[in-house]
Amino acid sequence: MIPEIGQIALLLALAVALIQGTLPILGAARGRSDWMSIARPAAQTHFLLVAIAFVCLASSFVRNDFSVLYVATNSNSALPLQYRIAGVWGGHEGSLLLWLMMLCGWMLAVSQFSRHLPQPMTARILGVMGLIGAGFLLFMLMTSNPFERLFPVPADGNDLNPLLQDPGMVVHPPMLYMGYVGFSVAFSYAVAALLGGNLDATWARWTRPWTTAAWTFLTIGIMLGSMWAYYVLGWGGWWFWDPVENASFMPWLAGTALIHSLAVTEKRGAFKSWTVLLAIIAFSLSLLGTFLVRSGVLSSVHAFATDPRRGLFILAFLAVVIGGSLALYAWRAPKIGLGSRFELVSRETMLLANNVLFVVAMLSVLLGTLYPLLLDALGMGKISVGPPYFDTVFVPLMVPVVFLMGVGPLARWKKAELPDLAKRLKWAVVAAVIAALTTGWLAGRITAGATLGFLMSFWVVAAVATDVWERVQPAGGVRAGWVGRLALMPRAMVGMLIAHLGVAAFAFGVSMVNTYELERDVKMAVGDTTEVSGYTFLFRDLKNVQGPNYEAMQGLMEVTRNGKPVVVLHPEKRVYRVQKNPMTEAAIDPGFTRDLYVSLGEPVDGGAWIVRVYVKPFVDWIWGGCLLMALGGALAASDRRYRVKQKQGSPATVASGAQA
Amino acid sequence: MKPRQKRLAIIGGIVIAVGVAATLVLNAFQSNLVFFYSPSQVASKEAPVGRTFRLGGMVETGSVKRDGVTVNFLVTDTVKTIPVRYQGILPDLFKEGKGVVAQGQVGTDGVFVAREVLAKHDENYMPPEAAAALKQGEAMNKKIGKSVVVKGTGQ
Repeated sequence: MIPEIGQIALLLALAVALIQGTLPILGAARGRSDWMSIARPAAQTHFLLVAIAFVCLASSFVRNDFSVLYVATNSNSALPLQYRIAGVWGGHEGSLLLWLMMLCGWMLAVSQFSRHLPQPMTARILGVMGLIGAGFLLFMLMTSNPFERLFPVPADGNDLNPLLQDPGMVVHPPMLYMGYVGFSVAFSYAVAALLGGNLDATWARWTRPWTTAAWTFLTIGIMLGSMWAYYVLGWGGWWFWDPVENASFMPWLAGTALIHSLAVTEKRGAFKSWTVLLAIIAFSLSLLGTFLVRSGVLSSVHAFATDPRRGLFILAFLAVVIGGSLALYAWRAPKIGLGSRFELVSRETMLLANNVLFVVAMLSVLLGTLYPLLLDALGMGKISVGPPYFDTVFVPLMVPVVFLMGVGPLARWKKAELPDLAKRLKWAVVAAVIAALTTGWLAGRITAGATLGFLMSFWVVAAVATDVWERVQPAGGVRAGWVGRLALMPRAMVGMLIAHLGVAAFAFGVSMVNTYELERDVKMAVGDTTEVSGYTFLFRDLKNVQGPNYEAMQGLMEVTRNGKPVVVLHPEKRVYRVQKNPMTEAAIDPGFTRDLYVSLGEPVDGGAWIVRVYVKPFVDWIWGGCLLMALGGALAASDRRYRVKQKQGSPATVASGAQA
Repeated sequence: MKPRQKRLAIIGGIVIAVGVAATLVLNAFQSNLVFFYSPSQVASKEAPVGRTFRLGGMVETGSVKRDGVTVNFLVTDTVKTIPVRYQGILPDLFKEGKGVVAQGQVGTDGVFVAREVLAKHDENYMPPEAAAALKQGEAMNKKIGKSVVVKGTGQ
């Protein structure tokens, strides 16, 4: 009965979404307040109905209702509760429902926090979001229904993919989707502005916190995915340039360009049409990412052939959303105008350069990800694009980005002077060079790659320090009260600086790991020792352990340094009972300056095992850097001016409402 | 500078930057395309020597031999067989009689030295390249009228 309730809720949601997507937009075009006022209650009902469907699916998972095909495919009665809940988004159908749930969450938030916006604007925004929701609902109901029943009912389910049975995988998809879908808000604002033809600095101020919030979630989502790859896939890499990863990275790159270009639009009224275009691109890439990963097209383009309806629907949906919004853009954008003028050397130019670089980076990832798919689909042979491509393209593009990251925040809007900038930043340059060389020397080896990485990292730190230093200097030259000045810095500014420091931490971690990590694959029997980077690993014991739904061989590895015990690690080789897949469960001792990483390979003759031992210096800084970026984003999104404007704006809404 | 010149300078700058980036990208792209070859193609010397490519097929049953951390095995498309050498830990789903894709280079001795053996995380799932190689092999077997699996000369 419960799955049927979910099914009905989805059908009703489709009806509501269609109303939400048409009447308010038409009402805004014709100036009919009664039609526009439907938007908010419709959005709330839409949310409620999708939430009911979501709870129904989750409850089918919790109650082990294997008469539902999707539950039977992705769960098992022996599966622990938290993974049964995570199973909701373990497959194609459920992750679409999660996507929709997130969309409705953002929609509800927009309907709550948009009371200060003019009514036509709100109506259009919620209308566009309603249309997106309707598209996804249609897709689910027509081709990927999560509530489909299965007869005869199997005794037990097929279990969740063991790789997904991990705490990281419980949170990773929701975070990632929060980010993906969050860009739908920026997209809807952009389309609403194009429809209404009024795009100004106020528009940018409304859009900014939403975009930054979405970017923050996406950053955390990608970070969790990378951590998951690091400790679940069992070979210690943190980024593989895999199409699945690229699918989430492309919207991130476009989103990063977008939040920077929004800054210009809000502060200076420039780059308007460019900002709108970026908002459209960021969301289009989010859609592309969702479909690339979830449609199975990445593992084989012929996945489409098994269910052509699904593939056709996806292509049609992408065509309508991307093509439609771009057509609207081409038609309406010239009316928006270019905005105010600025000099060749100015913060605007630097942010423009940032945008160009990020977009080129995004396009190069897009090329490397889609080209093999295209060739395969056209039957022109199978190729793949290796990680070296992305590495060689990415580093040269990111070097100027990081350089500008240091200069940009110190440059004046409209007109800056190069000699002045050089004078203010000379100590930062000196400090960065000295620090980079010293770090290389301390690490024991100075290489070109690592030095470049350190240089980028310390350059950002030094430039941020210069920026803060200048900001706490009172005009008169007296240094009293600098703590107070620091505290008075707007939250958006602090957020920006912290996010930039996050990039520095990230670059530092990457340079350290890429250059100084030590890896050894060794054959070890119980009692053997091996030494890596001053750490002695003793293979003490090997035993059988029983998990709730798996059996495992568990190694016991004692790590000592100079005779002193450091840690005891327990790497495992698991076999999950239902799917019979072997799974390597690496044991990691995380640390501020290094990770110790041990994973069991395979048994060889005589009871020995091939064991992989890593010492990874500063690897956690990679994710620490991402966390800092996310923290910066969260601070910037919650800046006071967005909240204050809201309060000032609320009477205006009342007024415009009364007017209309 | 006049606004007109300034706009020209900015547009010129963007065009140059994008041009440089495009050259860089396409260059890197060209030299990092990894092509795929089946064991038959490698056996008939279609695959380039000294360039990285992917080899796909099935791990021949009984062919996996370990020597410390070095593994030797045979990859077959049921027509030809290519010996592969790999150092390190094989992915969890590497099994005899299952599909495999290895990335590496073929040496002058005809042994394919794999840098990477690709893991696919589904028991029933055959890597698309491996599936394609086996299909081609099957078709070739039919054409030459052999019903028995032919062993290659790779050993």
